[in-house]
Amino acid sequence: MGFKNLINSKKILSLLAVFMLLGTSMLFAQGTESAGATASPAADAVKDNGLATAGYYILLFLIVCFVIGIVGKILRVFDLTQQIQGKEPINWNNVMGICCLIFLIAGAYGAYWEFTVHGSMILPGAASEHGVKIDEMFWTTTVLTMIVFVITQILLFTFLFRYRYNAKRRGHFLPHNNTIEKVWTIAPAIVLTILVIFGFFTWQKITDNVDAKGEPASINIDITGHQFAWELRYPGKDARLGATNYKLISGINKLGINFKDKNSYDDLQADTMYLPVRKSVRLNIHAQDVIHSVYMPHFRVQLNAVPGLPVFFKFKPTITTAEMRTKLDKPNFEYEILCNKICGGSHYNMKKIVRVVTEAEYQAWLSQQKPYLTDGIKKDLKFAAEKKEVQPNRLALNN
Amino acid sequence: MSTLSVQDHGVAHHEDDHGQHHHKATFLNTYIFSQDHKMIAKQFLITGMTMAFIAMILSILFRIQLAYPDKAFPLMETLLGRFAPGGRLDSNFYLALVTIHGTIMVFFVLTAGLSGTFANLLIPLQLGVRDMASPFMNMLSYWFFFIASVIMLSSFLVQKGPASGGWTIYPPLSALPKAMPGSGMGMTLWLISMVLFIASQLMAGINYVSTILNMRTKGMDLWKMPLSVWALFLTAILGVLSFPVLVAGVVLLVFDRSFGTSFYLSEIVLNGTQIQPYEGGSPILFQHLFWFLGHPEVYIVIMPAMGISSEVMSVNSRKPIFGYHAMVYSLIGITVLSFIVWGHHMFVTGMNPFLGGVFMITTLIIAVPSAVKTFNWLATLWRGNIRFTSAMLFAIGMVSFFISGGLTGIFLGNAALDINLHDTYFVVAHFHLVMGSAAIFGMLAGVYHWFPKMFGRMMNERLGYLHFWLTFIGAYLVFFPMHFMGLDGVPRRYYAFTEFESMKQWLSVNTFVTWAAIMSAVAQVAFLFNFIHSIFWGKKAPQNPWESNTLEWTTPVEHLHGNWPGEIPTVYRWPYDYSKPGAEHDFIPQTVPLSQTMSSNLPHDFEDNPVGLEEHTKWASTQKSNEEVK
Repeated sequence: MGFKNLINSKKILSLLAVFMLLGTSMLFAQGTESAGATASPAADAVKDNGLATAGYYILLFLIVCFVIGIVGKILRVFDLTQQIQGKEPINWNNVMGICCLIFLIAGAYGAYWEFTVHGSMILPGAASEHGVKIDEMFWTTTVLTMIVFVITQILLFTFLFRYRYNAKRRGHFLPHNNTIEKVWTIAPAIVLTILVIFGFFTWQKITDNVDAKGEPASINIDITGHQFAWELRYPGKDARLGATNYKLISGINKLGINFKDKNSYDDLQADTMYLPVRKSVRLNIHAQDVIHSVYMPHFRVQLNAVPGLPVFFKFKPTITTAEMRTKLDKPNFEYEILCNKICGGSHYNMKKIVRVVTEAEYQAWLSQQKPYLTDGIKKDLKFAAEKKEVQPNRLALNN
Repeated sequence: MSTLSVQDHGVAHHEDDHGQHHHKATFLNTYIFSQDHKMIAKQFLITGMTMAFIAMILSILFRIQLAYPDKAFPLMETLLGRFAPGGRLDSNFYLALVTIHGTIMVFFVLTAGLSGTFANLLIPLQLGVRDMASPFMNMLSYWFFFIASVIMLSSFLVQKGPASGGWTIYPPLSALPKAMPGSGMGMTLWLISMVLFIASQLMAGINYVSTILNMRTKGMDLWKMPLSVWALFLTAILGVLSFPVLVAGVVLLVFDRSFGTSFYLSEIVLNGTQIQPYEGGSPILFQHLFWFLGHPEVYIVIMPAMGISSEVMSVNSRKPIFGYHAMVYSLIGITVLSFIVWGHHMFVTGMNPFLGGVFMITTLIIAVPSAVKTFNWLATLWRGNIRFTSAMLFAIGMVSFFISGGLTGIFLGNAALDINLHDTYFVVAHFHLVMGSAAIFGMLAGVYHWFPKMFGRMMNERLGYLHFWLTFIGAYLVFFPMHFMGLDGVPRRYYAFTEFESMKQWLSVNTFVTWAAIMSAVAQVAFLFNFIHSIFWGKKAPQNPWESNTLEWTTPVEHLHGNWPGEIPTVYRWPYDYSKPGAEHDFIPQTVPLSQTMSSNLPHDFEDNPVGLEEHTKWASTQKSNEEVK
């Protein structure tokens, strides 16, 4: 019976394969025809290539299916002949139990490989003061969770192998055990409480942004996101940023700076974000159109830029770009700002370079930056002022 | 022994009720507008599976873009036309793919496809009910879901493409049609589809809750319900309480988009010059409303998978589930806590940092019931007699994924760590393991386990093994490396990694991940073939193929409207009496009275039944004295 089945099904299978091969070649022909009908010869060649590759993969897939089918049938025949000869059929429970064990070993090696190879590709240690605390928390959490991960996965897969089905045995009737259940409710609760407490205080410290008394004031820097770029604004000598209003935004005043505010006269524009090392920086984060997110992974800084909701993030960079370059042995290394909240088609390309430099370098760089109050804007403003002056005169004349 | 079978009920009057329901069976009312819960379950399953395959193909498309960002695939242009000019995906269309993949998988597959299928199938069958409390509403729920699916997919046909602001559709991006092409007509269709979908979920949820609370068979008190039903019950409650909030959020978004209100919009300037008239709204408000559903939603997704896995693992370990009460209480704990943790999605969105601290505490507390569940599953396997059915393998896979993905939740739930991990690939890896893969594996376990009940035939086990191992290994290969990408600060939803020098080291990893994803996707063909082939040509199923205790296996293999041909069976015991010492077989169905199993009864079985306990001790002492006489 088993043999008959095999012969029959082999015929069917090979017939199926022939049909499918024919079918794909027909599809090929159709594809090339339609491509040829619509496109120029050059494009035609390219399209042919695409279809041929796809066809190649489909064919490969069909062959794999075919092989799997054959292997399945062979196993079935083997099973049946074993049974006919009065021997034990394939014990799939044993096979799967062993598969679980193999998976455990291979998985353990895979995880180890991942941690050593990909694990060495992650961000370097934090380049900011608060970031160091975050890193500490991260490594504590990693150690704790990895212990749980390793133990539970090992238990899971060894149990599967160890207790695989055996007709002679019965499971151990164990509906509950209150002591052990209490233990494994309380143990994670304690561990999590510790993590919560440390996390809570770290979080509070990071977000407690107000300059403490006696502390030198932070450098105020405005960063404004719009589709798809960041705009920077540095305060000038007065160390104060001028007021802004979104209604003033125009082609020449792209941040909507209110130039009636005297603080705004010396506000500087910049292409690259320079930060002095070991000085507290207060990033004022704004958005004009949709939500963006200021993400500076090396400094462990991230905060969303939300239109209509000014927020700020205070941090202190600790490693200069030059130091980081030697530390990482990457001469081209740059700190970056990325946009990390989906904001439209070019979300993936909203970059700003950050350079952390010494105080002297910073001052030198700052002195070269141009103010927002350009001659063009000045002219514009004067014009507006004159216009305003003219109007009352006219009114007076009319009277 | 009359005291032991107090719950016996003599008169069978159910058939009379049943008689009134008989209509002439036509193709239309049997297969299409069916009000039979079993048919509706199958409709949900097949629609859900179709949506899953579509969403999977979408994911392969964007994975190809990530693997080969600079390469042109002319075939892509042939297939997608204007969405892939020159054979490369358009960056806006890339975001649309990501968005629709997420939406379909979370809502249409893992909410409707999972709960819809198994709640409809299992609640009446496992509780001894002839049909849902309101069969008509049940049918309506499916058809609302179907229409929602069609509308969601139809958004691929509009000029500017489907919604593309991410599945979380944060305004202002989703509110301003000028902000991106997908925020036009595509977004409108998304919103309409979701409103219909939520209506469907509410109708379904109310139906599940009322059926479970009011219609259980004799003897089936709440503490005798299988864990699968417990999970589906609590899931339905979660859905009924949280989905309306999303409707509120969505309706306000519709107002902002179409009627000029500013609930979510404020101080907006488009393209650097176009000042918009909106004032006073808050984009954060939408995030609160969205995540008030959004977080319970991930438990709506995972809890049925947990319930199904518990059931499947107990049956196939031939062992009672360890700590049944603890399992139920942890489900209840998750249900309650899931309402007060939504803020952990918003630690860095500009929400008040103090609130962040509070949400961090509640979030990490929710890890405790999850940990209890995991340990209980492990204890269930311990000293079991494990039969490796395909369903069992998938249930195990669910546990493995739940551990791997759940542990990274401890990082993300910590507000301080979330600063650097928020919206990176670490998050992608986390939720794809803990709620994506785990929930889909729970669903597949359910499909393999209850396929004989649904279609009266068995699936091919060996193809199931192949399907399991390829998918299981594939999913780990896809999502494990992503953790490290996230730790390197690579943001999600990036169209290409080519623009940043620091990300270029991950390009080769991306290629690897894509091929792993393609492998897992191809493995699903084994499932699809197995599924369809077995419906028509599978081996005929016996009545109780897995030797399971629950009530659904007491129904005949042939489907009847009304489930049981005669009287509905009465339930006498909990559903997990496997391998009970002293019992004749290694399973005792729930319908067997304790009076018939004197040799295997334990004092524990009479906890709330003092009369029974007395009988039991009397019986035990006579046994003892008999033995002494011998």
